[in-house]
Amino acid sequence: MDTQWETYEVFHQTKRGDAHVHVGSVHAPDPQMALQLAKDQFARRLKCVSLWVVRTKDVTATDYQDDGFFAQSTDKSYRDPKAFESPEKAVDDEH
Amino acid sequence: MQEKTHEQKLAEFEARIARGEKIEPGDWMPDEYKKNLIRIISQHAHSEIVGQLPEGKWIPYAPGFRRKLTLIAKVQDEAGHGQLLYRAAETLGKSREEMMEELLTGKAKYANVFNYPTPTWADVGVIGWLVDTSAVINQTMLAQTSYGPYARAMKRICYEESFHIKQGYDAVATLARGIPAQRAMAQDAINRWWYPTLMMSGPPDKISVHTDQAMRWKIKTKTNEQVRQEFVDLIVPQIRALGFDVPDTNCYLDEATGHYHYTQPDWEELRRVVNGDGPCNAERLAVRRKVHEEGTWVREALAAKQSKTPKAA
Repeated sequence: MDTQWETYEVFHQTKRGDAHVHVGSVHAPDPQMALQLAKDQFARRLKCVSLWVVRTKDVTATDYQDDGFFAQSTDKSYRDPKAFESPEKAVDDEH
Repeated sequence: MQEKTHEQKLAEFEARIARGEKIEPGDWMPDEYKKNLIRIISQHAHSEIVGQLPEGKWIPYAPGFRRKLTLIAKVQDEAGHGQLLYRAAETLGKSREEMMEELLTGKAKYANVFNYPTPTWADVGVIGWLVDTSAVINQTMLAQTSYGPYARAMKRICYEESFHIKQGYDAVATLARGIPAQRAMAQDAINRWWYPTLMMSGPPDKISVHTDQAMRWKIKTKTNEQVRQEFVDLIVPQIRALGFDVPDTNCYLDEATGHYHYTQPDWEELRRVVNGDGPCNAERLAVRRKVHEEGTWVREALAAKQSKTPKAA
């Protein structure tokens, strides 16, 4: 009997408002069973208010080998709030 | 772009490890690294699965409801750890089914300690306290391993193992405050588990065939000897603080090194037990096979459910 089954990636939310965080994966015959197994495996002790399961094969990921994907050819400091003058500093300098 | 040579890939791989970066499933890695990891992680997974058995048999006899619930939770954790580790090994290309098959047919190896008997309640406490302390020292080291999926599994496992140690120590400390027969029972369990627990960290570095490569690629960050010494230094004062004896007349604090000196276990016994010839190997596998057979209907029910589930569009 084939019990290898598909794998589902599990995302765990500790409290409402927090992000769902990837915690691992389970083998399951269908999504409902995946949720049940994910609860037993990842939510049997610490607080959890919500779980997501996603078929592993439905995850599209970047390739670590393809380091060009994230390469930044130009200076991107103009995207960073710290690269600009602060209005609070101007107020502080006044006093 | 020209394809990199094996030497270039290996150099990049080793540089990444030297910088403390984790290796992830999609990354290039030498075959030997992959093989060594599959061996270590699958043996670790099997140990968790078989590790349920020596203590699991005490669930019906646990003294009191709270200790029974605690022991059930502990044994459930071991099953969960097995699942986490099988998943980690699967990222290297070996299937869970293959690994389970190797365990059931007796081809797979697992930790020596689970092949010793648990005749008294004190064994449950001493396993949690001694064996799991040794396991946590090893696993805290493995949480630093260079392979990402294994390191992540270890972090969760270490957290849960610390509960295992606490409940084991609590059970033994309770016996330590008990009547003479209870104290004697605990001492007897310590005596029987001492050497198997020392062996658990693996053979001495000079006869271990895997250590060099595992250290070179940071699969492990400490040698068997280092892990064992850490365990001895931590546990000897605890055993004596409860008023028990360490069953080694030649165990003493070496003022010069700051470490405890201890008598080496019988390494021939370790070799025998790991290769299938320990006191309980046959019994453990027989129970594991029986349980696997008895669970067939669950797997069949789930398989039937799967065939009825519409495939995602």
